Amino acid sequence: MNKPDAEPNGMSRRKFLGAGATAAGVSLAPGISLINVAEAKPLADTVTSDKRWGMLIDTNKCAKGCSACVEACNTENGLNTGDELNSRPEQKAQWIRKVDLRDKLTGHEVSLPLMCQHCENPPCVDVCPTGASFKREDGVVLVDKHICIGCRYCMMACPYKARSFIHEELTNQVEVTPRGKGTVESCTLCVHRIDEDTNNQRDPACAEACLKEGHKAMIFGDLNDSSSELSRELKKHSTKAIREDLGLNPGIRYRGI
Amino acid sequence: MKYLQMMLVMLSVVLLTSTTVMAEVPSPKIPKGNAEQCVEPTSEMRVNHMKYILHQRDETVHEGVRTKTHSFKNCISCHAVKDDAGKVVTIKDERHFCNSCHTYAAVKIDCFECHASTPTAKSGGNPHATSKPLVKMTAIGSNK
Repeated sequence: MNKPDAEPNGMSRRKFLGAGATAAGVSLAPGISLINVAEAKPLADTVTSDKRWGMLIDTNKCAKGCSACVEACNTENGLNTGDELNSRPEQKAQWIRKVDLRDKLTGHEVSLPLMCQHCENPPCVDVCPTGASFKREDGVVLVDKHICIGCRYCMMACPYKARSFIHEELTNQVEVTPRGKGTVESCTLCVHRIDEDTNNQRDPACAEACLKEGHKAMIFGDLNDSSSELSRELKKHSTKAIREDLGLNPGIRYRGI
Repeated sequence: MKYLQMMLVMLSVVLLTSTTVMAEVPSPKIPKGNAEQCVEPTSEMRVNHMKYILHQRDETVHEGVRTKTHSFKNCISCHAVKDDAGKVVTIKDERHFCNSCHTYAAVKIDCFECHASTPTAKSGGNPHATSKPLVKMTAIGSNK
């Protein structure tokens, strides 16, 4: 079968202009560019390791008791609707959750959202017997539910308890997030949003909701792009990965813990 | 010669009866899509639609290719069938495009155990969805 969406040979006008803009964008001093180079890829292109999607979560800005990110995630991906409402709380889908921490010595409290940390060396991928659990070239860790047999080995391997298993038969799933009984799932960093073309690309639902709420505790971006807001913030401040000792190099980093 | 004549008569009888029998065989009532022409010729789609879907499936899930032409969302959007009340029918309805033939052919598909069988409504449902439909229906065969 021919690859139907392939472009004809030669460089289209659009691509040529795009290449020119990139050159102009990097020719200036680091962090300063005249033209904002579009981050998104054309829809037909495959994802590459030129990008690594990640997020910085500033726990100083994250409000205790606020769960806008969790609600946004649930709505965006259609989690916990229909029969799932009958699931026990421990069995309900939980792609992102709020965790409150308290330092016993000082009494200092922090609140943070915790989800799939999109590790560079993901243990869930290591243990998956079918290859359903995989890491995309751009660092997003996903489950291919077409291949997942629901063994839940990945759920045991994940040190962040970031994955859920679907226990109920589902109907009326959200179009952008196909999900069904007997498969494991977790945060996708809203791939359906970040894969869109330049004009339609949006931040993951959680980060968008956090911004809307006025906290701006979640900054999403490309870790490989030194001029991205994310990279600049990471350079400026001291940040940590949760369970850094495991050497997983997560794409999600935290400030203030 | 007489033998040949008899053979001809018998052959025509057989042919005639078989045509009448053919007319009685139930055939699937396949609803027309909402565009002039499918993304590939109809004959090609009848035989190979599953290959296109599978091909695009792996490219989308693993490589992030999101072209609309052969996307599952595009199929569902263009082949949405409405009931008498004007509501788009789900896979549970026998009039659903995929059902119309798969029931006839007795081929069970499990796509809709996970995938939505109706296009996302323009309003309502997902409040984070843009006002535009998620699947953009552009000229058939175009890239985006």
